[in-house]
Amino acid sequence: MITIITNKILGKNSTSSKRADGRASDELRPFKIEAGVLERADGSAYLELGGNKVIVAVYGPRELHIRRLMQPDRAVLRCRYNMAPFSVDDRKRPGPDRRSVEISKITSEALMPAVFLEKFPRSTIDVFIEVLEAEGGTRCAGITAASVALADAGVPMRDLVVACAAGKFEGEVVLDLSEVEDKDGEADVPVAIMPRTGEITLLQSDGNLTPEEFGKALNLAIEGCMKLSEAQKEAIIKRYGD
Amino acid sequence: MGVTIIPEIIRESLNNLVKNGERSDDRSFDDYRDIYLETGVISKAEGSARVKIGKTQIMVGAKPQIGEPFSDTPNVGVLMTNSELIPMASPDFEPGPPDERSVELARVTDRCMREAGVVDLEKLCIIEGKKVWMIFLDLHIIDYDGNLMDAAVLGSMAALMDTKIPEARVEDDEVVIDPEKKVPLPIKEKALMCTFAKIGGELIVDPSLEEEQVMDARISLGMRADGSICAMQKGGMHPLNKDEILKAVERTGEITKKLMEHLPQNNQ
Repeated sequence: MITIITNKILGKNSTSSKRADGRASDELRPFKIEAGVLERADGSAYLELGGNKVIVAVYGPRELHIRRLMQPDRAVLRCRYNMAPFSVDDRKRPGPDRRSVEISKITSEALMPAVFLEKFPRSTIDVFIEVLEAEGGTRCAGITAASVALADAGVPMRDLVVACAAGKFEGEVVLDLSEVEDKDGEADVPVAIMPRTGEITLLQSDGNLTPEEFGKALNLAIEGCMKLSEAQKEAIIKRYGD
Repeated sequence: MGVTIIPEIIRESLNNLVKNGERSDDRSFDDYRDIYLETGVISKAEGSARVKIGKTQIMVGAKPQIGEPFSDTPNVGVLMTNSELIPMASPDFEPGPPDERSVELARVTDRCMREAGVVDLEKLCIIEGKKVWMIFLDLHIIDYDGNLMDAAVLGSMAALMDTKIPEARVEDDEVVIDPEKKVPLPIKEKALMCTFAKIGGELIVDPSLEEEQVMDARISLGMRADGSICAMQKGGMHPLNKDEILKAVERTGEITKKLMEHLPQNNQ
């Protein structure tokens, strides 16, 4: 059962940061992760990060009906990232657009390295990411929740992929850009890692950064990932015990 | 859309249960599963609701936009309903453009709200013939365990009651929107839907997924708070007879009255 926090309190202005919501430069927005929130799906997860609300369902491994996609030696991992029409200020027209098609692709590539796909030849694992409300950083939120949903579905994995973005806002490198910071900021660097090895499974960068700034942003994003990673594990432990 | 195959033994046992006056989850024929309704769940949506009937779960969002009225109704706002049976909700749902089930769900929901006159659409006119409010209702089905129709209408009703739109004024023939000033959507009626499935020769309310899979036919009735019928839709492979339909109408009165108690008491 999902409890949706309908809060608008994002940060409490405790620090002297320049950020609109008063967060420190290395501070994540408030978040929570829950595993096993849907009845029909094989695995599911719900994540809130600041004003983002993302729900993920996993089906499979199951039979793949589209023969041309079938891999004789491993499963395919298909992702569908989709935004609800009511998730943004101006209603989004339903259905896939170029942005969501791209995010679907990089999400599946971010998750694939962690999954033992070779155990399930000729089948598919389907990951459905629905953004119910967007407030900056939905692709990362989707990936983080998707790993938990995969684990909830019992899909064997090497690690729980976790994602977080860093970026630059008003000249400062900051962690976990909010919607305002994403829109008005100078750069956005979403990163996904496998925390056990530190391997990066997704990296994008959008905007202008000096190499130093980029290095700083990457480190910051990885730090954010490690914090979220703890919450992922807690969500699974909460559902299944130790 | 995939096809789930129902074992004959389940079909038989569900039919036999109903013939003995029972159901697999011990409900009576007129009982709904547990209903859960929450509004204001999406802050970016001007109105929203999450509804659960048993394990079926729908998120509904309402978003207003300014647009042109239809030429035959120049002084009337527009209410549009759209539904997505997203693949998250069931192993049988596939991604892609809305299929016939999704279109039926959206249209029946739309009809129920529209015909009941739930929203006072004339009050949504800003400049006659030019600018009106268009309210988009989006049904996002996230868990499908039977009886989407009733959940969709309940969620839509709740989302509309939760909706606040910005104030729009006309200055020199231009529409000026004040996003700071929100006014409740003018709600003038309440309507809900009640769905029966025909199994074992009987009509049972709020079919679960299992029951939907074995039902011969389905009938959904939209009813206003005053007991008048605002929409009706029959579905399923088998016919219903007149008596059955009249019985369903008769039973809907009491059932809808109870169902109404789940709605928020006042508009906002």
